[in-house]
Amino acid sequence: MTTADAPLCHSVTSPPVNGGRATELDTLAWLEAEAIHIIREVAAECERPCLLFSGGKDSIVMLRLAEKAFWPARIPFPVMHVDTGHNFPEAIEFRDRRAAELGVELIVASVQESIDRGRVVEEIGPRASRNRLQTVTLLDAIAEHDFDALFGGARRDEEKARAKERIFSFRDAFGQWDPSNQRPELWNLYNGRLSRGEHIRAFPLSNWTELDIWQYIKREQLEIPSIYFAHDREMFERDGMLFPTSEFVPRLPDEDPFEARVRFRTVGDMTCTAGVLSEAETLEQVVSEIAATRITERGETRADDRFSEAAMEDRKREGYF
Amino acid sequence: MTTATHDADVDILGPDHRSLLRLATAGSVDDGKSTLIGRLLYDSKQTFIDQMEAIERTSRTRGEDDVNLAYLTDGLRSEREQGITIDVAYRYFATPRRKFILADTPGHVQYTRNMVTGASTADAALLLVDARKGVVEQTRRHAYLSSLLGIRHFVLCVNKMDLVDWDRAVFERIAEELTAFASRMDIDDVRAIPISAKLGDWVVEPSSRMPWYDGPPLLELLEMLEASDPPQHHAARFPVQYVIRPLRDEFHDYRGYAGTMASGVLRVGDRVAVMPSGAETTVAAIERYEDQLHEATPPMAVTVRLADDLDVRRGSMIVSAQHPPVAASTVDAHICWMSERAPLRERDRLVVKHATQTTRALVDEVGARLDVNSLEYDLTASQLSLNEIGRVRLRLMAPLSVDPYAESRETGAFILIDEATSATVGAGMITSGE
Repeated sequence: MTTADAPLCHSVTSPPVNGGRATELDTLAWLEAEAIHIIREVAAECERPCLLFSGGKDSIVMLRLAEKAFWPARIPFPVMHVDTGHNFPEAIEFRDRRAAELGVELIVASVQESIDRGRVVEEIGPRASRNRLQTVTLLDAIAEHDFDALFGGARRDEEKARAKERIFSFRDAFGQWDPSNQRPELWNLYNGRLSRGEHIRAFPLSNWTELDIWQYIKREQLEIPSIYFAHDREMFERDGMLFPTSEFVPRLPDEDPFEARVRFRTVGDMTCTAGVLSEAETLEQVVSEIAATRITERGETRADDRFSEAAMEDRKREGYF
Repeated sequence: MTTATHDADVDILGPDHRSLLRLATAGSVDDGKSTLIGRLLYDSKQTFIDQMEAIERTSRTRGEDDVNLAYLTDGLRSEREQGITIDVAYRYFATPRRKFILADTPGHVQYTRNMVTGASTADAALLLVDARKGVVEQTRRHAYLSSLLGIRHFVLCVNKMDLVDWDRAVFERIAEELTAFASRMDIDDVRAIPISAKLGDWVVEPSSRMPWYDGPPLLELLEMLEASDPPQHHAARFPVQYVIRPLRDEFHDYRGYAGTMASGVLRVGDRVAVMPSGAETTVAAIERYEDQLHEATPPMAVTVRLADDLDVRRGSMIVSAQHPPVAASTVDAHICWMSERAPLRERDRLVVKHATQTTRALVDEVGARLDVNSLEYDLTASQLSLNEIGRVRLRLMAPLSVDPYAESRETGAFILIDEATSATVGAGMITSGE
């Protein structure tokens, strides 16, 4: 038994510890219970769910929660990664290893294949990104595998469009989210019924904040890819952010590379994920830095949200995660 | 300018035992709700530099002199265009004592279903009133809906006190009016605070301009509110969500019933009944992942194992054998109707989802319809239109294990689903079942 669980077992008879109420769960325990409830509900009501797993911190937490939800049985659905081909190699290595450890089926949907088959056209130029192309690959994979529910690790604290999204979010056959016509979602009674061609995006981490994710990773002692910790890397500066050099990103003439000690706060495409200068080498140090930071996760590290005030809203309407 | 503290003041590396309080805001357009939420986020240091830069830019672009904190809660494109809130937005903030989830709900009557979505999971309601206008129709409607949804703690924020010269008499008149109204709805806990969200008075900091108010600032009050009753006051209810049967040699005979504790306390060794059959057995184990627990309380997600091999499946409910729920084939309920497509009429057939069970229902009778403005019931009504609330009797195809909503939200609530569109069209709160 973990130390965090210890007070709960005897809580009814022990003296009040928090807000005068003995049996109150702490926030992480509450969030964990809510997420497990949602995961089980999807697994019970949907025919073919699938969990999106990128090797990023949120999806690592998702996978852990799924493991707990069905223990001692195995996770009863596959995991899928939409691979842009521009991912951090460290994250890909981690993804493959973790899926093998848990004995879950890993499906890799490849953006490169979508390009090769002419489903999408690659952007060109130094600011080209495969971020938007992922949507087509994702929707094709959903159709190919006949998935009716996809678990995503999105959180409502990330961004204002996500702050409005339901936990069970419905997508039509085009994968579109219609923010003006969301189903009412009351109590913990999730309506998993679908009309033809629809599917659900289920977000069990909706109510988690970035700090909750890190505290949970620490409480559970979860392994995360090495790029989340400070390491020396060749970087270059663009738009005030530090990007990793890679074969996928042509640099402009004045964008000279330099060595820096960085860590990544999110794990996305190498073309649009910026790093932050950091000396944090342990989980404790990372959590301390996150708690003290004064810039949002997406504002600091995601070039894909900088297009407009409604970048995420627009991409979600198109069927993005 | 503030003593509120960021997470950095908490030992975030050690075990974090902060509890969670879920709030829903309610109020009408222009009474400063967005500004108040912006102020809570800003003064509790939950805003980030890039967010502040963005709202400074927006404030400048829109020709405002000061940074408008309301833009911190800016929503979707269509909402910005219309300048109103259409759907619930969820905000997160924390103090050294507690973490908060705040459902920022829309005020317009046509978005009542979204307001109900936000309020259904709240422990406390934050009601906002403009000091110049006092309690208006929308305040009463929101207070009533919140009480119907089982919220028992109300915090009345009389806002814009700066515009009424910090006048104590204005505040007291509004507070008395709402308290009188609330007592008619069995709301016993109403706390009123005079504030100026724009200037920050009594939000996080005490105000020297209203020294006559002798309570705590809003944020401190929210830190102290008790969220709900202790579970031992209620009978044990455990709706079975999922049956776990690992097909592995080491767990050959394992059969676990996974679910979320809905009410009461379930202990290993407890005598329990499995609804709807009522067959009795004993709790053999309560597990949470690899941990063996002695007991489970709401809202823990656990796996229960029983001593006997009974017919237990998704939709079954493991309950206290001494205090079982009613296995109801008809229920009387308050229903909030949320369909734009058609009204709720007698003889309609709908899908009902209650706890983890789904069945069908026939609308036997629409007995009364609430006039949300006068809060009177119209006993001659025979149907409910979009956003209307009424008393309805449903006949159920399969029995549901129900409790009155006032005693247990989790086993007293249901949703109605339109079979043709799969949409959620109604929210039900059970008053009785038989």
